[in-house]
Amino acid sequence: MTTIDVAESAESTALHGFWTRSRKVGTVLAVLGIAVFLIGLTMTAGAEASVRFNLTLPEAAAAFPAKPVVLTLGAVAVLLGALLLTGRVHLPFGLTVGVAVAAVVLALLIWAIARPGNTLQIDTVLKGTMLLALPLIFGSLSGVLCERSGIINVGIEGQFLAGAFTGALAGTVTGSPWVGILAATVAGALVTFVLAALAIRYVVDQVVLGVVLNLLVLGLTGFLFDRIMKDNESATNLAMRVPEWQIPILSDIPAIGPALFGQNVFVYLALVLVALVYVMLFHTRWGLRTRAVGEHPVAADTVGIKVNSLRFRNVLIAGLVSGLGGAFLTIGEALPFSENMTDGKGFIALAVLIVGRWNPIGGLLGALLFGFAMQIEQFLSSVPGGSPVPSEFLAMLPYLVTIVAVAGLIGRVRAPAADGKPYTKA
Amino acid sequence: MTEPKPAEKPEPDDTAPVTPAPETAPERPAEEPADQERRPGFGSLFLRYVTTANTVMVTLYSFLLAMVIGAVLIIVSDPAVRGTFTYFFSRPTDALSASWTAVSDAYAGLFAGAIVNFTTLAEFQAGEATIGRLLSPISETLTYAAPLILAGLAVGLAFQAGLFNIGAQGQVIMGTVGAALIGFGLHLPAYLHLPLALLGGAIAGGLFGAIPGVLKAWSGAHEVITSIMLNYVALSALGWIITNEFVKDPDPNKQYAISKPADESSLLPRLAGMLGIDAPGLRANLGIIVAIAAAALVAWLLAKSTLGFRMRAVGLNAHASRTAGMSVPNTYITSMGGAGALAGLAGATLVLGISPHALTHGVAGEVGFDGITVALLGRAKPWGVVAAGLLFGALRAGANTMQSTLPLDMVTLLQALIVIFIAAPALVKAMLHLKVPAGGLATTTAKGW
Repeated sequence: MTTIDVAESAESTALHGFWTRSRKVGTVLAVLGIAVFLIGLTMTAGAEASVRFNLTLPEAAAAFPAKPVVLTLGAVAVLLGALLLTGRVHLPFGLTVGVAVAAVVLALLIWAIARPGNTLQIDTVLKGTMLLALPLIFGSLSGVLCERSGIINVGIEGQFLAGAFTGALAGTVTGSPWVGILAATVAGALVTFVLAALAIRYVVDQVVLGVVLNLLVLGLTGFLFDRIMKDNESATNLAMRVPEWQIPILSDIPAIGPALFGQNVFVYLALVLVALVYVMLFHTRWGLRTRAVGEHPVAADTVGIKVNSLRFRNVLIAGLVSGLGGAFLTIGEALPFSENMTDGKGFIALAVLIVGRWNPIGGLLGALLFGFAMQIEQFLSSVPGGSPVPSEFLAMLPYLVTIVAVAGLIGRVRAPAADGKPYTKA
Repeated sequence: MTEPKPAEKPEPDDTAPVTPAPETAPERPAEEPADQERRPGFGSLFLRYVTTANTVMVTLYSFLLAMVIGAVLIIVSDPAVRGTFTYFFSRPTDALSASWTAVSDAYAGLFAGAIVNFTTLAEFQAGEATIGRLLSPISETLTYAAPLILAGLAVGLAFQAGLFNIGAQGQVIMGTVGAALIGFGLHLPAYLHLPLALLGGAIAGGLFGAIPGVLKAWSGAHEVITSIMLNYVALSALGWIITNEFVKDPDPNKQYAISKPADESSLLPRLAGMLGIDAPGLRANLGIIVAIAAAALVAWLLAKSTLGFRMRAVGLNAHASRTAGMSVPNTYITSMGGAGALAGLAGATLVLGISPHALTHGVAGEVGFDGITVALLGRAKPWGVVAAGLLFGALRAGANTMQSTLPLDMVTLLQALIVIFIAAPALVKAMLHLKVPAGGLATTTAKGW
């Protein structure tokens, strides 16, 4: 590794401008590939990795020798990285990076499970990925609705917390999770009402406002949790549960069936909402107006669109969606409310929004990527016989993925032009 | 913004003496002594000042409004008081007196725990209480204020460069680690050990703080996202470090994960001991002096140094700074590094100043997040941050003594409410029908994506 570093710095000083994006990425991939290859060399020759579909095809199982597979995958990553580095062969950049990253991830996964008694349960992993991605899908949808109309929503975290708290409280008090879900969406909208009122009517800086709103909701839910819930959990803060609905036939599809069609109502709601927001945003008059208001409010105003009232309405709708994400954290996961239970998911959703390029479908894919990272973390930390990596480092994984994704993409994606800029008529 | 200088329209004559008073005032009496009653007296000047949305009054009103909302929450969330409201219309006095008692008890308790307890004062005058008991609220306030001021400076300094550092929490955590490692890892005389341990905290925090700066400079990644993600990374890293063989307290009787304690020679000495007061209970330590010295340094840096000028220039207008030949990426990195160093110093005062002088999972508390509110309340100005840190330190100390009646989250809530009003001067103006000051409404801003 050290030799590579030396070569790098010598070259970069000699040839300024040599380090294009694809060369930088290629170097990183090659280094990762070498690391995987070295890890592969340390593995025992006879180790086998076994894979199963435990929910859909319980009898289908496969075991394959792990060492050669890991070595091959490492070599693939090195090769692709080297090709990018030399710049001689013109490869489709996105596809190449995707394949190389997938090879590295897969190799590490196989390395981790290649011990006796360990099995990669494919459809369980996919189902978990979907569940972990859910709050991020709701959060990024809420972000899309706000930011496409020109209001930055850093307060997704706070809307999640408000939704989670209200959902648990209202659900337990009325005894119906459905009332809880409804109350949670209203709570989310209340938080965005404050956001909209202060950002639009009183022209408060939106990033500062979002961060402070998060603190406010954190304090408020913590205060109310202490005063109302803590001493009386059974009457105010139970783990509510919504049933899983198996969609006939579709839920039996191997691997993806249980993940997409054997879940609770939140998954179906999320998928429907993604499609709905996509169609509404790009194929309806409302969508065109929303995008106009977010890109060029002066032009929108000139043709008679009421900029601020449209923004206000969209931010309120966004609050309903992120409140739903909050409801998922308590009711959807069948957990009681606990203080600060969102754990930064609102901020990860913000990163997903950027990675997904302010597009609902992009957000869905981004959320699944993050969900997969978190699922792998959970899977590895629960591997019998202990994980080969300290659990604390595994816990960092989703956050590091967020940083890498944002740092790697931000220069190449563009926010709506009027995002975060208040509109006042001249 | 919505009402551009409304005060000038109705009576231009009336507004003129407010600001340029020194120029016009001496002329008039000489020409026309009969004009006496048109000159604003102290009373009307004061009234005008109080009804204008200037920085001082907005801060004061924000505090009062937050207290009012806090009072409402105390009443609503108290089951006994809520009970008296069920028969409000048959006997309203019950509800009103119960509400008044709940609210005034809470706020009086806050004051007694933060500044001075009048019962103790009376006992002290009668010779029944020690000086230690009398000074203990103030001592607690100073103890809590020191790290808050430093964390507030960390957020405030970044604000000056146009960066929103919500990663102070992670930087504080790294600061505690740096200070603790030197605190128990080295064995030196106190005059070397303490400065080295403080420096260790500052360097660890500074390096960690520089990461979002580097990411922003190189790739344009927004510091709000990267720095909050690094908070979680720091927390996980702390968890791993504590369980490390070299760091872990070897005592097997310890119920929870805790590091070895820092050496006596690396600890911040207590103020009571330095002043010769014999009161072992007073925890206030040199940390508050470190914090004030840091504020002075930051004030000098921003006002007098080239580096500080560059930071403020980039914060005000990055494009113009680039045109003027300044390196914007380097300024991002140094600003975030400096901010991280201040937050790291906050972490160092936590470990070296407060028992058990060791790393635990909760060693940093919420200091970094509170730093955001401190910086916003102090309007990112060094001395404003000191005042805000003292105020929030007092709130924290007060809340700690009345934990039995009110949850600690009350303080987080009050802080957030105060800061929302501070961030939205237009809201305060509209709620209280204030006038717009000459320079417009002042507020803190951060840049979008």
